[in-house]
Amino acid sequence: MKIQRFGMLAGATLIGSLALSACGSDNNTADSGSQGSASGAASSTECAKGTLNAEGSSAQKNAIEEAIASFQDACEGATVNYNPTGSGAGIKQFLAGQVDFAGSDSALKKEEKDGKVETEEAQKHCGSPAWNLPMVTGPIAVSYNVKGVDKLVLTPEVIANIFNGKITTWNDPAIAKINSGATLPSEPIKVFFRSDESGTTENFTKYLKAAAPNAWTAEPGKSWTGKGEGKEKSAGVASAVQSTEGGITYAEWSYAKDNKLGIAQVDNGAGPVELTGESVGKAVAAAKQDGEGNDLRLKLDYATKEAGAYPILLVTYEIVCSKAQDPAKVDLTKAFLKHFASADTQKSLEEIGYAPLPAEVQSKVETAISALS
Amino acid sequence: MSTITGVTAADETPTPTSGSPLGGDAAGTGRLGDRLFGGLATGAGGLVVALVTLIGLFLLWQAIPALAHNEASFLTSREWVVGGDHPRFGIVELLWTTVASSLIAMALAVPVGVGVALFITQYAPRWLSRPAASLVDLLAAVPSIVYGLWGVLTFRAAIRPVEDFLQSTLGWFPLFSKTGITGGTIFFIGIVLAIMVLPIVTALSREVFAQTPVAHKEGALALGATRWEMIRTAVLPFGRPGVISASMLALGRALGETIAVTFIVSTLSPGNPWSWSLFNGGETFASRIANNAAEFDSPQKTGAFIAAGLVLFVLTFVVNAVARIVIERRKAFTE
Repeated sequence: MKIQRFGMLAGATLIGSLALSACGSDNNTADSGSQGSASGAASSTECAKGTLNAEGSSAQKNAIEEAIASFQDACEGATVNYNPTGSGAGIKQFLAGQVDFAGSDSALKKEEKDGKVETEEAQKHCGSPAWNLPMVTGPIAVSYNVKGVDKLVLTPEVIANIFNGKITTWNDPAIAKINSGATLPSEPIKVFFRSDESGTTENFTKYLKAAAPNAWTAEPGKSWTGKGEGKEKSAGVASAVQSTEGGITYAEWSYAKDNKLGIAQVDNGAGPVELTGESVGKAVAAAKQDGEGNDLRLKLDYATKEAGAYPILLVTYEIVCSKAQDPAKVDLTKAFLKHFASADTQKSLEEIGYAPLPAEVQSKVETAISALS
Repeated sequence: MSTITGVTAADETPTPTSGSPLGGDAAGTGRLGDRLFGGLATGAGGLVVALVTLIGLFLLWQAIPALAHNEASFLTSREWVVGGDHPRFGIVELLWTTVASSLIAMALAVPVGVGVALFITQYAPRWLSRPAASLVDLLAAVPSIVYGLWGVLTFRAAIRPVEDFLQSTLGWFPLFSKTGITGGTIFFIGIVLAIMVLPIVTALSREVFAQTPVAHKEGALALGATRWEMIRTAVLPFGRPGVISASMLALGRALGETIAVTFIVSTLSPGNPWSWSLFNGGETFASRIANNAAEFDSPQKTGAFIAAGLVLFVLTFVVNAVARIVIERRKAFTE
């Protein structure tokens, strides 16, 4: 009897303590137990030990995961965690000192927004300027699903008019004119857009605004302002187009490829350009550098008329403190970013739907990484 | 069950030894175990009350500054521009989608759920009732993301012809008018939600139906009732409060369901003309918050979404309160 009562008591306390521990803090700061020793075994990849935590853009998720996998294979004792929660969340966590670097599909903003200037906030947090390092270029594919149409050429005006609801059928004269030879069906065009706020939407609308200012009058932004039917995230829009005859959307290249969607060639005025790693690299190389010194923010020229350059793309940056707050992590940060920016890693990204950095940008990024301290 | 409505069917079971049992301190012996257990139970009760109050306060605290800056009518506007210097947002569309899809879910799930519960408790042979009950319970164990995936990838194609049929034959009726949405319509979300809440309705109804006093049932049968009449006169009236509370619990789940809805739903583009059609897209409170949670980069923006969350909180609260009132009335009526 006594034992039984004791058991019940113990049970009650156990439940109580479980309930309490369930609300315990989810502490996810770095367990910087293992100190990063100065770069040891020098092979093709420089190595350092320790744990890096990063968070941010989901647009570069697959790329950074690929880079992390190959980095961890090469370097024993190094762990890099990337949490793809979105650019906004990544920057927020970075400014709050929760992560070592942030991934973002736009560079830190210099303009004031909601009473805060991101670059100044970052300066405050780092005690030194924060640098935007372009690392991954993700082309945005205008993807469609129309039976019997393998090759489709679109101009910025036509894309804008499709996505703002002015062109509603596939055999519209505006489409037919630039696609002589293709048999276009008379079915309605079903436009799908990203229902969540996303950098993909932002870059796509920036492109439309820059390349077809007359047809696309809305301000570019993270939320969609055109017509159509919204789906959650890239996976949602891509699978919606795949299952809908006559569907069209804008999505990252990898999603278009994985879902076997048709990818339109874009004619910015210098002839149709197919989406390839090379044609994207050309557009990145044509971008102007907008930052000072090693802050490598890029100003993409969406309306570029350069022959063979695919203009619809987004560049994701890794945002780091130029002087790291935790000196123990400098070596590891440098080693990982160097590995990420290396020609080999960049080349491997093309298979999973990203475009490698063009050589001139890549060498600038490497210089900047070496200058991190 | 009792935590939701405060009433269990067991309360009504006529006890052979009448007279109220000892309650409160009267039954205490003053021994350590008694006091300790009493304290733990009181603490647990207090904790729940405190939690709900704190959540309500948190929502208010976060929502009020954003609402103060809102330049559109929060309750009647369809706009949703939450960032920038001139935020304009309103919840009417979210409210419509949330309530409409949940009501469709209830309209489908409650009759079927009660039917399943009656089958399991009254009709099914013994060897079948147990496995059948566990199978229904298993539905509740399926994670909601799986419902979402299944809904989008498989179930969608099966419901599409039904929607087409309704749109073409009943299209004159505003609720069924034609829209261009091909993916997740309110109607479709309602069906998926119905499947998700079915186990809740079934499990709770089953429990109360099983507790119908044998004397009532045998009495009905002895008076010459058929099995259906026995169910109608003895089982159903006895189980009614339980069924109502089960429905309300299910409604709460349907109103707040997030992941599956986020996955399935087709959102509308801004400036889309208003339509009462159930075949339109839309976003529920929970799906809009979940869909945009990654981009909460300013307190203003967060506040706007939390304000929407607050409405959902109040809505659920009202639903539960109504359920409680209904049950209390029924009780007075049947006794």
